[in-house]
Amino acid sequence: MKDSMIIVDNVSKNFKLPHQKIGSVKNIFTNLFSLGGRTYEVQHALKDIGFEVKKGEFFGIVGRNGSGKSTLLKILAGIYQPTKGSVHVGGRVVPFIELGVGFNGELTGKENVFLNGALMGFSEKEITAKYNNIVEFAELERFMDQKLKNYSSGMQVRLAFSVATRLAESDILLIDEVLAVGDAAFQRKCFMYFKQLKLDRKTVIFVTHEMGAVREYCDRALLIEKAEIVDIGKPGVIASKYHKMFADESKNDNQTKEKQNKSSKVGISGEERWGDGKAQIVSVSAKVDNLSGEDGEGEVIITARVKALTDLEKPIVGFSIKNLQLAQLMGTNTMRKKHPLPPVRSGQEFDVEWRVEGMFNEGTYYVDSTIAHDQAVLVADRWPDATSFQIFREDNTPYQVYPAIKVKSNIIKP
Amino acid sequence: MIKKLKNRYRYSTILLNQLVKTDFKLRYQNSVLGYLWSLLKPLFLFLIMYMVFVKVLNVDFGVKNSGAYLLLGLVIWSFFTEVTGGSVGAIVGKGDLLRKLSFPRYVIVLSTGFSALINLCLNLLIVGLFILIGGSDTSWKILLAPLIFAELFVFSLALGFFLSAAFVKLRDIGHIWDVIMQALFYITPIFFPITLAPLWAQKILILNPLAQIMQDLRYLLVSHHTTTINSVYGSSWSRLIPVIITLIMAFIASLYFRKKSKYFAEEI
Repeated sequence: MKDSMIIVDNVSKNFKLPHQKIGSVKNIFTNLFSLGGRTYEVQHALKDIGFEVKKGEFFGIVGRNGSGKSTLLKILAGIYQPTKGSVHVGGRVVPFIELGVGFNGELTGKENVFLNGALMGFSEKEITAKYNNIVEFAELERFMDQKLKNYSSGMQVRLAFSVATRLAESDILLIDEVLAVGDAAFQRKCFMYFKQLKLDRKTVIFVTHEMGAVREYCDRALLIEKAEIVDIGKPGVIASKYHKMFADESKNDNQTKEKQNKSSKVGISGEERWGDGKAQIVSVSAKVDNLSGEDGEGEVIITARVKALTDLEKPIVGFSIKNLQLAQLMGTNTMRKKHPLPPVRSGQEFDVEWRVEGMFNEGTYYVDSTIAHDQAVLVADRWPDATSFQIFREDNTPYQVYPAIKVKSNIIKP
Repeated sequence: MIKKLKNRYRYSTILLNQLVKTDFKLRYQNSVLGYLWSLLKPLFLFLIMYMVFVKVLNVDFGVKNSGAYLLLGLVIWSFFTEVTGGSVGAIVGKGDLLRKLSFPRYVIVLSTGFSALINLCLNLLIVGLFILIGGSDTSWKILLAPLIFAELFVFSLALGFFLSAAFVKLRDIGHIWDVIMQALFYITPIFFPITLAPLWAQKILILNPLAQIMQDLRYLLVSHHTTTINSVYGSSWSRLIPVIITLIMAFIASLYFRKKSKYFAEEI
């Protein structure tokens, strides 16, 4: 108990959502007489949340959008009051829920540094002491006396990040994942900063749905779903549970999809199924075969069943795989693989199978499939997110793929 | 003890300081005359009012330096409208900050008050100039003026706290307050001598803290011929009534604001 920096005790949070807004003249009169009796819908954003964070711990809060994780963070930051329960915090908290809070375009860069710093609770003296450091880190020496509205958005983010990270020498940091948006260079800066925080043994609460980051930085993590804690534990375990949650969900999704007679054409990417209708992809399946801990071992077998609706001289069938973030990871087709398919008659069905080596990290993957003809110029049927598969691994890496890598070392000088 | 207090209000003072500074910097952004407007605005307003009430309508105030007398009233009125009018939307206007940071909410309203106070001080310089030119009956009693200014500050802020908190949920407050301000403008003796009204009406009008404050300050700074609550009721104890009204308002407003401020972030 003594080394606990944050104790969250049985916290619940309800939001009252009024059923209707007073809008029209008629409503004003009907509501005027029943002002006390306006009806509310109570939304339970958090239910009986309880956990402790120890000093120096890097604690992750993961969950899907709408699971309640941001509400929890706002309660920890003292922005929202819990409806029930209490939060004890053993030090100064600096919330990084958004960068550059209170930035004003009409003020100069310098003035904004002081304003932003004051909002985080730092006096002019404290800021002056670190001012040069802040400017240097943001690489904006020449621009500090210009108005912020003349900064590019990249410059603004750099300044905001610099103020936040250089100043915040507090005991507890609350970090929302929105911090890590931006270009690759900026993300790298963010992650370097996280590593520094870890080295400095700061108490950090980190909200994210990036499981790679959870595995890499967090000592412990909490999984929250539908306003309740699912589990608290080692980041690896939590990350697996998080992915399993998606797996179960998409299984249910698939079942309902089939019930709907495949009428829903839109997948997770929002791309619609399209094509000229000369052939149809009947089904796509993905089977994970013997994919175990060893890197590159096992394979994923993707099978597409295609039905020709007219005679096709040279059909071409292809697929691609993308991850949850919709990054296209890999893909190919029968033309590219120099595997010409024989001509098909109308009504004929055939299967195409691909075996992909097991270079997947843990996560959920989506498969797009396409049948084309005439040198792949004309698309008969393109089916985005035709199927999905999940990979579970004990030993993950924080990278996108997990190929077989061989190691060798030689000692050159004795 | 003092250190403890200082620590407790450290965040608030830092923030207040910075918010007032920012407000002051932004107020006259992109204007050629800049801060000079703080001095020019009351001066022009005064000229217009002086023309209408003194020259055209021939209102007689029965005091020696009617210029300074009028201007002081106007300056007090501007301070009052700046604090209350500015407070109404102050909390809602800072909604962006409230939703992302946890800081003492009262700082926002307080900063509106202090910004207006700086303006008041600048305006008083002009009043001082009028007094120097036109003369006044000041005595040792001028030392009491800060107390009355404090009453003005508390009275205006009490309303400010109440209005800003109420406006979060009930946006009608903005329009209601506009109407009330119009009414207040005419029942406060800014441009008419209060003695114009029958005595029974004077007795009611002067209970308005703003009227009492205005007349008292005019008495202390400009002319001892000013009709104050003293002379209306014939007893200096009568001054306690508006002062107590002010204190009660401040008490209720701070309780109300404190209760409501917990939920600002989610209700805006």
